[in-house]
Amino acid sequence: MKVLVPVKRVLDYNVKPRVKADGTGVDLANVKMSMNPFDEIAVEEAIRLKDKGVTEIVAVSIGEQKSQETLRTALAMGADRAILVVSDEKVEPLGVAKLLKAIVEAEKPDLVILGKQAIDDDNNQTGQMLAGLLGVGQATFASKVDLTADSVTVTREVDGGSETEKLSLPAIITTDLRLNEPRYASLPNIMKAKSKPLDQKTPADYGVDVTPRLTTLKVVEPPKRTAGVKVADVDELVAKLKALGVAK
Amino acid sequence: MKTLVWVEHDGKTVKDATLAVVTAASKLGEVDLLVAGSGVDAVAAEAAKIAGVSNVLTADNEALEHPLAETVAPLVVKLMADHDAFLAPATSNGKNIAPRVAALLDVMQISDILSVESADTFTRPIYAGNAIATVQTSDKKLVITVRGTAFEKAAPEGGTATVVSTDGAGLEQSVSTYVGSEIAKLERPELTSAKVIVSGGRALASSENFHAVIEPLADKLGAAVGASRAAVDAGYVPNDYQVGQTGKIVAPEVYMAIGISGAIQHLAGMKDSKTIIAINKDEDAPIFQVADIGLVGDLFKIVPELTEKL
Repeated sequence: MKVLVPVKRVLDYNVKPRVKADGTGVDLANVKMSMNPFDEIAVEEAIRLKDKGVTEIVAVSIGEQKSQETLRTALAMGADRAILVVSDEKVEPLGVAKLLKAIVEAEKPDLVILGKQAIDDDNNQTGQMLAGLLGVGQATFASKVDLTADSVTVTREVDGGSETEKLSLPAIITTDLRLNEPRYASLPNIMKAKSKPLDQKTPADYGVDVTPRLTTLKVVEPPKRTAGVKVADVDELVAKLKALGVAK
Repeated sequence: MKTLVWVEHDGKTVKDATLAVVTAASKLGEVDLLVAGSGVDAVAAEAAKIAGVSNVLTADNEALEHPLAETVAPLVVKLMADHDAFLAPATSNGKNIAPRVAALLDVMQISDILSVESADTFTRPIYAGNAIATVQTSDKKLVITVRGTAFEKAAPEGGTATVVSTDGAGLEQSVSTYVGSEIAKLERPELTSAKVIVSGGRALASSENFHAVIEPLADKLGAAVGASRAAVDAGYVPNDYQVGQTGKIVAPEVYMAIGISGAIQHLAGMKDSKTIIAINKDEDAPIFQVADIGLVGDLFKIVPELTEKL
């Protein structure tokens, strides 16, 4: 069984994003970049499924040359080979989904496991779009994955609780936080990953038009909150709550 | 512009999240609602009363009992032949369905909008709300999810929409099936629609403390209970309590953060609350930089005293 895991290079989640002064976006010069945390969970899940009949894990990234580093991380964690679709221009989820569709048609994986969203643009679209384009089942926001030879049963995190769906293969899964805790790659595995195969492609190789549909007109900081008052004791707090009308 | 809004419901009543989407849609043009489900008459009748709605389109089919994206999306695509924009709430169901619709229509979705600037221009949060982007689309049709806390709710009464039955027949569930769900029985208001939220953090130190300290206060205030990611990770409460970048985005009238230091990830989920109240023993905790009212001290003394005095 083969699993495809798309991964994205994003601003490290511990770095506070800074909006550029000219309002064109968030400053990504000289800041730490890492694999999108939800994608790390996707890679980890694929590796854990190796006990359940998964024999090959293919990591895919779409982005600039430096996304190679992200793919090497996936390889060091345990993916077997990687495909980089090089694009210096930003590719939107719809374009990414179209490229992934072409890769799925060539690679014929049984499962595609993606992060539910990337923490830069927060779109939460790619997995659902890919499933729609392929006409296959989708289980988003997965917190538990049970794989058998011809189906996968997924527990999903939904508002107010969880929901379970059974999908025939091939299927698309997007990961939520509680699915697993991704491993750190060991030094020997990081060394080994350097010699694992990494193919380079372009969107044109797949005949996919990735021209953006959205134009970002400006990016600004959200309105700032300022610190208010400190109260001295509970009685003062009770008075404040009464003034707010939430206590009688 | 003619818009189509997906109505979120539980088979009995219209979910609140729908009302904010109606407001967003009405800024674009005429509003039709889609009520898809199995036995939807009651929901459709309720939806028809929402102010500002022209038509309520119903699709009634057993295959639609649970809102699986695989069955709802093709239905929406069919109806989009007569509509220019599709809008859904940015809830777990809305986020599951809308991108599948967008892909089938060859449209780049605009997720989680905060405002409608014009017929093709919207604002939306990126980087967990650390930046707000204004985006303009060149697509002929629009697919949008709406952040509920960013729009006023449409009045649930006063409308006189026409209920129109569409062809919900011929739907099949082939690629996925609904197995079951475990929705927590809520004795308290839902986090995303609550007027008051009491949230606890890692300082509660145990699941027992969390329940013993946070819940009585929440009940006194008629509030929903939330938690920081640290409290969830430590296993004090389930993940659906989580407020923050990776959990629920909330904006109640009053948000009480108890024993929560105020990590960026938590602030991203609650900083649009009208009034923030923080109780923390560390007077330098970042939560105090965004709190309107702060009280420094031991939560295990303060919170029970507060609960008693309310």
